[in-house]
Amino acid sequence: MTLENFHLASLLLAIPGVAALVLAALPGYRLAAQINVAASGLTFLCAGSLLFQRPAPGLYLFVDDLNIVFVVLSTFIGFTTSAFSASYIEHEIDTGKLNPAYVRFYHAIYQALMFAMNLALLANNIGLMWVAVEVATLTTVVMVGIYRTPEALEAAWKYFILGSVGIALALFGTILVYLSAQPVLGEGYDAMVWTSLMQKAAGFSPRLLNVAFVFLMLGYGTKVGLAPMHAWLPDAHAEGPTPISAVLSGLLLNVALYAVLRFKMLLAVNAAAISPGPLMVTLGLASLIFAGFMLYRRDDIKRLFAYSSIEHMGIITFAFGMGGPLANFAGLLHMTMHSLTKSAIFFAVGHVAQVKGTQKIAKITGLTESHPVLGWGLVAGVMAIAGLPPLGIFMSEFLVVSSTFARQPLLAIPLVFGLLVAFGALLLRLIEMAFGEPSGRVDKIEASVVPLFGHLSLVLLAGLYLPPHLVVWFQNVARLLG
Amino acid sequence: MDRLYFDVAHLFAGGLVLTSFVLLYQDRLSGLINVFTIHAVLLSLSVGWQAYAQHASHLYVTAAIAVIFKAVVIPLSLRKMIERMGIHREVEVVGSIGVTMLLGIALVALSLAVILPATAAADPLAREDIAFALSVVLLGLLMMVTRRNAVSQIIGFMSLENGLILAAAGAKGMPLVVEISVAFSVLIAFIVIGIFLFRIRERFDTVDVQELDRVRGQSR
Repeated sequence: MTLENFHLASLLLAIPGVAALVLAALPGYRLAAQINVAASGLTFLCAGSLLFQRPAPGLYLFVDDLNIVFVVLSTFIGFTTSAFSASYIEHEIDTGKLNPAYVRFYHAIYQALMFAMNLALLANNIGLMWVAVEVATLTTVVMVGIYRTPEALEAAWKYFILGSVGIALALFGTILVYLSAQPVLGEGYDAMVWTSLMQKAAGFSPRLLNVAFVFLMLGYGTKVGLAPMHAWLPDAHAEGPTPISAVLSGLLLNVALYAVLRFKMLLAVNAAAISPGPLMVTLGLASLIFAGFMLYRRDDIKRLFAYSSIEHMGIITFAFGMGGPLANFAGLLHMTMHSLTKSAIFFAVGHVAQVKGTQKIAKITGLTESHPVLGWGLVAGVMAIAGLPPLGIFMSEFLVVSSTFARQPLLAIPLVFGLLVAFGALLLRLIEMAFGEPSGRVDKIEASVVPLFGHLSLVLLAGLYLPPHLVVWFQNVARLLG
Repeated sequence: MDRLYFDVAHLFAGGLVLTSFVLLYQDRLSGLINVFTIHAVLLSLSVGWQAYAQHASHLYVTAAIAVIFKAVVIPLSLRKMIERMGIHREVEVVGSIGVTMLLGIALVALSLAVILPATAAADPLAREDIAFALSVVLLGLLMMVTRRNAVSQIIGFMSLENGLILAAAGAKGMPLVVEISVAFSVLIAFIVIGIFLFRIRERFDTVDVQELDRVRGQSR
């Protein structure tokens, strides 16, 4: 590894890191929002350039086929969300929900979160990855509680306690992985570095790896939001600022899932270890069906889409648990589509909640009449997330279902059942909100709809036509995932 | 390896497990804080002994953090906090103490049954340390689910975290142990400050977590 070779990946950490410090020191919030957008945009450009020039793995950071998908996706959504958050936060100041001091804090923490997520994705060391996930948890806890209403504090506290228990279990799993690697790789850093772990995993003690994976799955699985460890997720989504809901659903859940996938790959190398598949399939199906039914009882718009995130993380975990080139491909595609669509929905929901002054679904009706652009944007987003053709999620869900039918037809029954349950709930709620007599306040709003429709058009495009480059790329990653 | 190494390491790690049991049935907050102080001292002794046995000088730093932060700073600030809040009264324990203790014993048996066969190939010193550590982690989890009071939940979380530090120190030559213990200390400091702020802002009348479950924003 040469330094020159590596500057691109470290830039992905340096830009948000420096931006966080600058934003913490900067008083003006308009400028801060612009710097936030610029820094996120720059980070995305750097991530994009990694596609063309890939640095050699180092002791702390590395880039390979798998994490580059996550890095590009999360920096892209980080960028569009920062653009959305600029207009969202300005409105929050106008209505007095946040004061400028908190907004300054908000922007600094936003970049700190980007830093932590990029570090977790790029880390070539299981200990470093754990520390990064912990930092990401801390920053989001602070963000969730930023409005300081009793509800927000309750949500932050719950997230804090459950998230801490989750990462504590993940650390125990990490220590066990080190312990299993230590007789083979020797003491010290080598036994915690992904690249060397992957090479030598065949010689590790399989029983120790099995125990370790259970802890890692439960620990990081809590952060993925899988049932029954999901209790923090709906509250955290509902009570924090909406840009943070978008980042939580679109990015942070993926980062935790990435950690699970890495350890799954590690176990796959060791022939004598258990196959992690069945555990992931079970947790995935449980989350899908549970969240599907929970969707019917929601009356808060952000909570509704939070449960929908649990549902989709369930589908993705299920697909990766099934394994094999086709199911992994479907899982990757579904993850990408879900991140794009769900963050787009939260962009729309954020503005809707601002114009209506409430998050209660019962008080939001006739959106397509009172706010045609936002209303139809929300309709398109919900149609996409419910899995209607020709949008991208339809295709990825179709792939998940058909690959399951081909290999385990019996598992396809609960899968399709869960999908239909969730589909019904989402359409029911959508009709309530989007059509009928407009109710409540009909304030006009300066909403930036570019991020919303940008994401949705990408999802539509993916549903109609997947560029061959992307297909080949995802197929390679799917093979890597085993 | 010298027999003495095992015996002393077991003494401290076993003491940690026993103290975890004492934490389980302590029903007064001030008593809970006292027992936790002992827990932290035992952890630092245990980590210090590992540092000596493994000739790993960086572990002395972790032991020092444990003793200064967890045995002095945290208990002092918690004590001040419960005095200001006026909650030296009894804490509500959910479920009976007898059942909780039996569950605790079952968890220790479970962790021995899981870890000892799985680590047959590993270094014996590390192996039994990890089994004890898992017991402490599980007992900490049990304490967190049986308590409703925010302060006692934190103590449960800190005892859980002591178990993790014990495991990390026992894994021979593991890098980043100091960094991880610092990261955890930051986390705990955040939690403690968080509770303190909740109270100071008088958003809640109590730090009973059941009170926090008031608002759900969903139909029942």
